[in-house]
Amino acid sequence: MYSLTGLKLKNPTILAAGVLGTTGASLQRVAQEGGAGAVVSKSIGPEPKKGHPNPSMLKLNCAFLNAMGLPNPSYQEFKGELEIAKASANVPVIASIFGGSAKEFVKVAEGLLPGKPDAFELNLSCPHAEGYGAAVGSNPCLVETITAAVKEVSKLPVWVKLTPNVSDIRTIGKAAEAGGADAVVAINTVKAMAIDIESGYPLLGNRSGGLSGPAIKPVAVKAVYDLYAALELPVIGVGGVSGWEDAVELMMAGASAVQVGSAVYDSLDVFSKISSGIEAFLDRKGYRDVKDIIGLAHEMV
Amino acid sequence: MRPLNVSIEKVVEESPSTRTFVFDHRFESLKPGQFVMVWVRGIDEIPMGLSSSNSITVQRVGQATSKLFELEAGASFGLRGPFGHGFTLPSSEEKVLIIAGGVGVAPLAPYAEACKARGAKVRTILGARSAQELVFKARFSKAGSLDITTDDGSEGVKGFVTTLLEKLEVSEFEKIAVCGPEPMMAAVFNTLKQKGEVSRAEFSLHRYFKCAIGVCGACCLDPYGLRVCKDGPVFTGAQLLDSEFGKYTRDASGRRVKI
Repeated sequence: MYSLTGLKLKNPTILAAGVLGTTGASLQRVAQEGGAGAVVSKSIGPEPKKGHPNPSMLKLNCAFLNAMGLPNPSYQEFKGELEIAKASANVPVIASIFGGSAKEFVKVAEGLLPGKPDAFELNLSCPHAEGYGAAVGSNPCLVETITAAVKEVSKLPVWVKLTPNVSDIRTIGKAAEAGGADAVVAINTVKAMAIDIESGYPLLGNRSGGLSGPAIKPVAVKAVYDLYAALELPVIGVGGVSGWEDAVELMMAGASAVQVGSAVYDSLDVFSKISSGIEAFLDRKGYRDVKDIIGLAHEMV
Repeated sequence: MRPLNVSIEKVVEESPSTRTFVFDHRFESLKPGQFVMVWVRGIDEIPMGLSSSNSITVQRVGQATSKLFELEAGASFGLRGPFGHGFTLPSSEEKVLIIAGGVGVAPLAPYAEACKARGAKVRTILGARSAQELVFKARFSKAGSLDITTDDGSEGVKGFVTTLLEKLEVSEFEKIAVCGPEPMMAAVFNTLKQKGEVSRAEFSLHRYFKCAIGVCGACCLDPYGLRVCKDGPVFTGAQLLDSEFGKYTRDASGRRVKI
């Protein structure tokens, strides 16, 4: 067992928000068949939202480009899915939530509480939804206010997911810490765009979106490294993790646990593979515990 | 995978509401039942079953398909794929029953042809609302025997595909392949279930897709979380037992919508 912000995880791999998290059945499958130590839902908001027109996700070389546009059925409808996930996943289920203001975040959090999530992850980082995500998450004052507001209405751990699309991610991390966050999650996707040269049309329905996958791992490593040095809070690493080596690297940068998103493209059991790979690595190197490698790079001077 | 840019070579009017767009790229490795994402630039990207290695057959139902219907030979659109799992091909001498409804003929016509090419015996039940909505009659009859049903009785047997299916001894068929509107497929599913033959039948499902590559989770089926785009779109009856199939689907936001 592995402890993170008071939650008991069977391993330090977590399904990232926005991936296979729209239904309770899907979250259950990622936990059971995929072997994830915990699962984070699709980001849920105050109203049903259809998201951007397609194309909404493309596989590029070494990366994925997406602009889903926060499609979600609203907290009223998702509460039932959360109950299904809670009843069948047998791992902590974290509800990712978003809103345009502290008031909306609180409304969604309170609305989902009867579904009994194990924690909330605040989406203050989606790069391509007007008025939501990074639009509020780039402002340290709003991040602090929103974090504090959600903390005030529930006793659950609150994770704050950060955008890398700011000049200094530590400023935002510190704002989350000041607001009472239990952990920060870094990073969300990196602003990106691709154009179809045959027609000149941007490839995404939303024209631009966010980059995930192997190409952004070095960006995630740097963000996690900086946040680990600047904050007292645990940092959950996410961005380009598809194998155990990537997970170990993010942990050495300072991640207490890792989230995996786009890599489910390769196989659903990527979580079991990563967690057994980490175990084998710890054994081979003679580390007693995963704690021995968290932030290790900071000591190597 | 970036979308391929394909040019339309020919547009064939199959019925008042259905057209085939033949394009200048061949998906040589196509397994019938696989789909492509058709990118109508500036509008949307939608899943379509390939009706041959170089064509899609489209019913006009919404904004993207209406825009597609404005395109003529020489015009181009984007294509990603082929994606997903197709229908299981028979071995030679096996008997195959194909049940096609409406525009569900699209993946089944190349399947019928692939079955025949392998030496299997093909029988098709083709259903549509009326005679003028029947698509690919010639392709199915060339591949084997063909029975027709129309809702209004304007051609073949008056009624639904299940009207014929109910009377059929289905145990003699090693393979059963079904595609059509979900209420029709659900009726076929129930008929086959009553006959104790549903587990091995294969159904091609349609759900709202966003990513189409098994990552986003928009098309997951209850109660096992199977992804229609990656684990399907063709599923066995056994996989669909006690599932949402025939009962509800989800809209783009993820809300449940009754079938």
